[in-house]
Amino acid sequence: MSPTCWNCGKPAPSRFCAECRALQPPASDYFAFFEIPRALAPDLKDLEKRFYALSRQLHPDLFSRKSAREQEYSLESTAILNDAYRVLKDPVARTLYVLKQEGFDVGEQSTKDVPPELLEEVFELNMALEELRMGDEDARPQLEAARARFRKMRDELDADLQRQFAGWDASQRAETLAAVRALLNRRKYITNLIDKASHVPDRV
Amino acid sequence: MFQIEFENQEKVVGIDLGTTNSLVAWMNLTKPEVIVGEDGDKLVPSVVSIASDGQIIVGNAARQELIDHPERSIYSVKRLMGRGVEDVQEELKLFPFRIAAGSESVIRVVLGEKTFTPPEVSALILRQLRKNAEEALGATVSKCVITVPAYFNDAQRQATRDAGRIAGLEVLRLVNEPTAAALAYGLDKRKEGIIAVYDLGGGTFDISILKLQDGIFEVLATNGDTHLGGDDIDNRLLRIALEDVKSEWGEDLSASGEAVQTLRRDVIRAKEALSFAPVVTIEFDWHGKAYRREITRELFESLITDIVDRTLGPCRDCMRDAGVTPEQIDEVVLVGGSTRIPMVRSAVEVLFRAKPHTELNPDEVVALGAAVQAGILSGTVENQLLLDVTPLSLGIEMYGGVVSKIIHRNSTIPASAGETFTTGVDGQTNVLIHVVQGERELAKDNRSLARFDLKGIDPMPAGYARVEVRFLIDANGILNVTARDARTGKEQSVDVKPSYGLTDEQVEAMIEASIDHAEDDYNAAQVAGARVDADAILAATDKAKRTDAWVELSDEERQKITDAMNRLQLAYHSDDHHLIQAQIDVLNEVTHALAENMMNTAVRGALKGTHV
Ligand SMILES: [Zn+2]
Repeated sequence: MSPTCWNCGKPAPSRFCAECRALQPPASDYFAFFEIPRALAPDLKDLEKRFYALSRQLHPDLFSRKSAREQEYSLESTAILNDAYRVLKDPVARTLYVLKQEGFDVGEQSTKDVPPELLEEVFELNMALEELRMGDEDARPQLEAARARFRKMRDELDADLQRQFAGWDASQRAETLAAVRALLNRRKYITNLIDKASHVPDRV
Repeated sequence: MFQIEFENQEKVVGIDLGTTNSLVAWMNLTKPEVIVGEDGDKLVPSVVSIASDGQIIVGNAARQELIDHPERSIYSVKRLMGRGVEDVQEELKLFPFRIAAGSESVIRVVLGEKTFTPPEVSALILRQLRKNAEEALGATVSKCVITVPAYFNDAQRQATRDAGRIAGLEVLRLVNEPTAAALAYGLDKRKEGIIAVYDLGGGTFDISILKLQDGIFEVLATNGDTHLGGDDIDNRLLRIALEDVKSEWGEDLSASGEAVQTLRRDVIRAKEALSFAPVVTIEFDWHGKAYRREITRELFESLITDIVDRTLGPCRDCMRDAGVTPEQIDEVVLVGGSTRIPMVRSAVEVLFRAKPHTELNPDEVVALGAAVQAGILSGTVENQLLLDVTPLSLGIEMYGGVVSKIIHRNSTIPASAGETFTTGVDGQTNVLIHVVQGERELAKDNRSLARFDLKGIDPMPAGYARVEVRFLIDANGILNVTARDARTGKEQSVDVKPSYGLTDEQVEAMIEASIDHAEDDYNAAQVAGARVDADAILAATDKAKRTDAWVELSDEERQKITDAMNRLQLAYHSDDHHLIQAQIDVLNEVTHALAENMMNTAVRGALKGTHV
């Protein structure tokens, strides 16, 4: 947000100028936009309330009789509002966003490198899938058991993530974020395995 | 002084530009209302005909022309909006569109001696609606809201907006049809909860699921099929009738536009009657021969089962995307004439496990909702807000023809995404970007939206340039692109080449070409507006003549006012709005003293504490 109002020149630290009520250009940080502290586990009910309240203030429908410049800011602000809400209400997207804002590299994680502790599991899953494809129905229960195991792993991981989220929200320690990133990568890998085990070839 | 009372507030109208019929509506104080046309009908058939003398005929009158002069007439032009020739091959098999040669990037249809683009034909329909509105409201109408199928892509939306511009209308907003219906319905009932809108129009099918809460209408998900509608049902019946006639009369009528149009009208009549009767007869008379065919509802339903079934898939997908189960859906709203078919109603009821709402006329509900949105934009409707979504994902073609999605479908709009592009070759000064819309993985399987050429990049080694491109889908569902050099912060020029559709220059030329007609329309609106003003001042003066203020005037003053009133009444029936306005000014001038007297009487009355 610029230090002075584009319209009247008075200091304008907030969304609308206190002097002339003109809409100011939006903040680009999603948390700053919602006026909430950066957090891995924000209050989602509060986020939703803010989303509706801000929509009622910023939506282009409310600016159709305003100046072209305010219309432009309304469009930009509402786009950021919607983008931010979409990201912040989704746990994975939100975590990736916080990591990025905190300077962590969150580039595409390769899913080819199997985490060592999962090697055995992945090997067995591929075998079972291959057998099913060949028409060996005996492999089906094995596969279902594998899928259940992966689901349980993901649930445990999610619980672990929740604990780390609370930890970072309380103390903002960089090593917590490093742990979060590692958990997230592992979660992505396990989610891929669940998908793989769910797309089982049909009975022939 | 009387003039203060009749200051004209600018009217924004809502338009349902439909495949089969079009309507225009406005906010009459707090209630949306469909405007009745000069022929007494609210529905304006989306049919355009051009007489040999060049006269343009739209609506009911053009429907007859469609039968008498099919080569000079066109209907269902909405099916062609924003499409390329290869997109409409299926349509061409079933609809008698005459596509002009050389319609590579933009389709042109032949009407008599001339050719027109689909937005130009739609503009003729819009012009008629505008005229109807101006005559009914007695005011110039230059701004509107137009509805589009929720599943319309970017090119189809742009084509609709172009049609508005060509018709001389500023399109303040494009609103999705099912969302508009929800708005009309929700405003009426002040409902809260989850509602599904099932919209089976003439040429398109849309399903939307919305959450209504405290006046906010939030679309959770939308789905649909732009190649599915009531016309498909008509075509089934038409095909059967044509085959019957062929075997009974030994005559193939399918090549005769005139015969096909007449038969189409007759099967539609039978289809509509079947919604209320268990058995009907198709009655077709042609050059002294008669064809009669009994159709039972049972047979009809077996004919259309697969069409009805095709709507259910998108409904299930939509519920999944919205994250709701059928049990969570509180209400179902039906839109479009085809939802009158009992089989459609029961299919919807079974799927959503809720009895569909039918209290609003399914032909009018979209136009009513458009009027509500027009009211929201002009400030007459308060505390209601529509949050809609984009129906299709937006992506960029990457190396190898794979699509990288940057804005996912069902994202609330406006929505944006940023991407950074670089150069692949040393000294490269431009980057080509191909934007597509759709859900498929390969660019070639999606809808090509546009190709952008980022120009003016400073020559440097490959991979060094950084151009940040921002893709923004606005509240109309239309894509806007801006680019800037990340190093210098300099705005980069973006050359947009729409894959299908008109360039700005082409639209400008079409606006230019249509000015002649616009002049006539404009004059008619001015006359209507001036007459409304005249009515008001004449009524106010009449009223003043019955007060003490009139008695206090001199004989000469009273004579002047009476003369001015007479002259205004004479001018009233002329077609010259300048003349009417001039006489209004004269009357306004000579009633100054009268107005002043009335003020004074009012003040004296107030001082005495009594009412005058
Ligand atoms: Zn200010």
